[in-house]
Amino acid sequence: MIGLHHYLVVSAVLFALGMFAIITRKNGVAILMGIELVLNAANLNFVAFSRYVWGGLTGQVFAIFVIMLAAAEAAVMLAIVIAVYDRFQSIDVDRVDSLKG
Amino acid sequence: MDLATYVLIALFAPLAGATVQIFLGRRLPRHGDWLCVGVLFVSFVASIPTFNAVWANPAFKLQILSEWLTLGSFGIPLGLQVDGLTGIMLTVVSFIAAFIHLYSVGYMHGDPRYSRYFAYLNFFTFSMLGLVLADNFFLIYVFWELVGLSSYLLIGFWFERPAAANAGKKAFIVNRVGDVGFFVGILLLWTQLGTFRFEEVFKGIAAGQMAGPLLTVTGLCVFLGAVGKSAQFPLHVWLPDAMEGPTPVSALIHAATMVAAGVYMVGRVYPVFTPDAFVVIAYVAGITAFFAGTIALTQFDIKRVIAYSTLSQLGYMMLGLATGGYVAGLFHLVTHAFFKALMFLAAGSVIHALHTQDLREMGGLRAKMPVTFWTMMAGSLALAGVPPFSGFFSKDAIIGATLGFVMAHPQHLLLALFAVGGALLTGLYAFRLMFLAFTGAPRDREKHHHAHESPPVMTVPLVVLAVFAVGAGWGGWFERLVRPPVELPHGPAGAHTLALALSLLAAGLGILLAYWTYVVGKISAGRVADRYRPVYTLLFNKYYVDELYAAGVVRPFLALTRGCAAFDLGVIDGFVNWCGRFTRGVSRVQGWIDFRIVDGAVNLVGNAIRAWGAVLRLVQTGVVQNYILVLLGGVLVILLLKVL
Repeated sequence: MIGLHHYLVVSAVLFALGMFAIITRKNGVAILMGIELVLNAANLNFVAFSRYVWGGLTGQVFAIFVIMLAAAEAAVMLAIVIAVYDRFQSIDVDRVDSLKG
Repeated sequence: MDLATYVLIALFAPLAGATVQIFLGRRLPRHGDWLCVGVLFVSFVASIPTFNAVWANPAFKLQILSEWLTLGSFGIPLGLQVDGLTGIMLTVVSFIAAFIHLYSVGYMHGDPRYSRYFAYLNFFTFSMLGLVLADNFFLIYVFWELVGLSSYLLIGFWFERPAAANAGKKAFIVNRVGDVGFFVGILLLWTQLGTFRFEEVFKGIAAGQMAGPLLTVTGLCVFLGAVGKSAQFPLHVWLPDAMEGPTPVSALIHAATMVAAGVYMVGRVYPVFTPDAFVVIAYVAGITAFFAGTIALTQFDIKRVIAYSTLSQLGYMMLGLATGGYVAGLFHLVTHAFFKALMFLAAGSVIHALHTQDLREMGGLRAKMPVTFWTMMAGSLALAGVPPFSGFFSKDAIIGATLGFVMAHPQHLLLALFAVGGALLTGLYAFRLMFLAFTGAPRDREKHHHAHESPPVMTVPLVVLAVFAVGAGWGGWFERLVRPPVELPHGPAGAHTLALALSLLAAGLGILLAYWTYVVGKISAGRVADRYRPVYTLLFNKYYVDELYAAGVVRPFLALTRGCAAFDLGVIDGFVNWCGRFTRGVSRVQGWIDFRIVDGAVNLVGNAIRAWGAVLRLVQTGVVQNYILVLLGGVLVILLLKVL
């Protein structure tokens, strides 16, 4: 029987993988992908907790909001990546360090 | 054209000439001399209708009124007036000035500042004509000062020579002393009577609004102006020095413009003077008339002799005015203008021929320069007062007035002695000059050999002026035109007969003495000088008046200025320097505090912040992933703390 714990573990793994990608990847687009993973891990949690703990549809509606938000965020992020490429001729995030103190 | 237009043309033609000449003179053909001489003849011609008008009606009076400015009840008038006296002066001044201009064409030929000379000369004439025409104290003072200015410019015309530059300054400064008096007098009149206009002032005085000692003092203040301008003792010192100017300028100053101004002014404002003031004026004039004559005896510079004779004659004019001979004094002004202009121009002709002014280097010029000799002879006879030359009539009238005054006031006997003694001296020095310059054997053969008669442009004015020097006294024309503005006391009946006898005797004796001394040689001038050596030295040095001024005024003044300079250098500058040093010391301390303490504190704060910043900036890598890593670490730490 698949219970809440299974979902939480999968979610945690997804989150960890996403976080890992965000921190280690040089490619801006890959970081974007990591962010998607993190968001979806959260979605998974929302839905799982909604199903097993609270009941009702609140968590699932929230998940839909997050998906929508993720789509919008992806659009903005891609636009940023293109602007970054325009300016730095690269999407390598290590080289985008103009704010270095 | 009406008369006023003619008067304005006569007045402003010379000014127009001067203005054009000063700006364009060098570029005009012949450097503009024709223009300047021309405007003077225009001025003379334009003054003739005025003369005709006053001749036809001696009570004639024309006023051209104008106002310069009005401040409430206080107005400064700007009027001109023409009456008998003005009509004569206008004509005589423009006439003599015109011929002096003409003469200058020859005399100043080749001078480097030829054009400017004529501009000044025109301006001088304009100033004098304005002075003659003024109908109020304010305007007469303005032109009075302009006359002073132009005389300064012309006396110092050859300013490369220090003597000429100094003479110009001396004339200006000595005149200034008199002018201050005149100014104070005008202000006194104004404060008491509230008007500048002659008519109103005279009316106020006649009505008794101003009288007594105050009026006497005011009159003397006004007279002080005339003392300066007409070179009366003790402000006479500038006039002999003024001989440094070009000779035609001397002629202009002595005859028509400068010195005439003072006498004319006294005649113009005659009612201002009280009998007490006239006594003072009479003594000043008498002293001038007599002592200037004695100085003239000892001088060897031909121009200086004539200059001292002018002083003496000016004294006569003032003496006449002061002793009730109003008409006589002014008449002498006019006749003197003719014969003195003539004598100066003749002397200029001699100087032009010989290039020396020293009488000791002349002699025997009569044959070489006949025109100059005969015209100058006419001038000298007029000066000495020999009938029927013009000077005789005017001087005789003055001596008559003086004797009348003395008969009425026997305590002033000295005045009569001055007058008669002066007449004797006049004959003596005038003919001493004539005999030394023109007769006998030439004392400097070299110069005599080169001497020649002057060109016609110089001799024609001489002849014209000589005609007037001879005939200006005939016919009683002057008495017809000039009336005393106040009722004058009539002297005792015998005064005039006595005066006639005495003046003829004095003049004859003077000329005879000169003849004996310098032609016959019966009296040796040298031996007389030796015998009365102290007197001679005193006279030769002009009574040491200049030295007296140097010791009494100039040197104390210089000492005072030196003292002031020392005080300024030592005390005031010392204090200022001390203030400067003190400020510098204080600011040095302040600077140290600023550098070390204030700046130190500021730098400390800055450095501390910078050091902290250097540490903190290590965190700010600019790489977003680092931030996220730290964020993640932070979250983990919080979680761990929560769990534990």
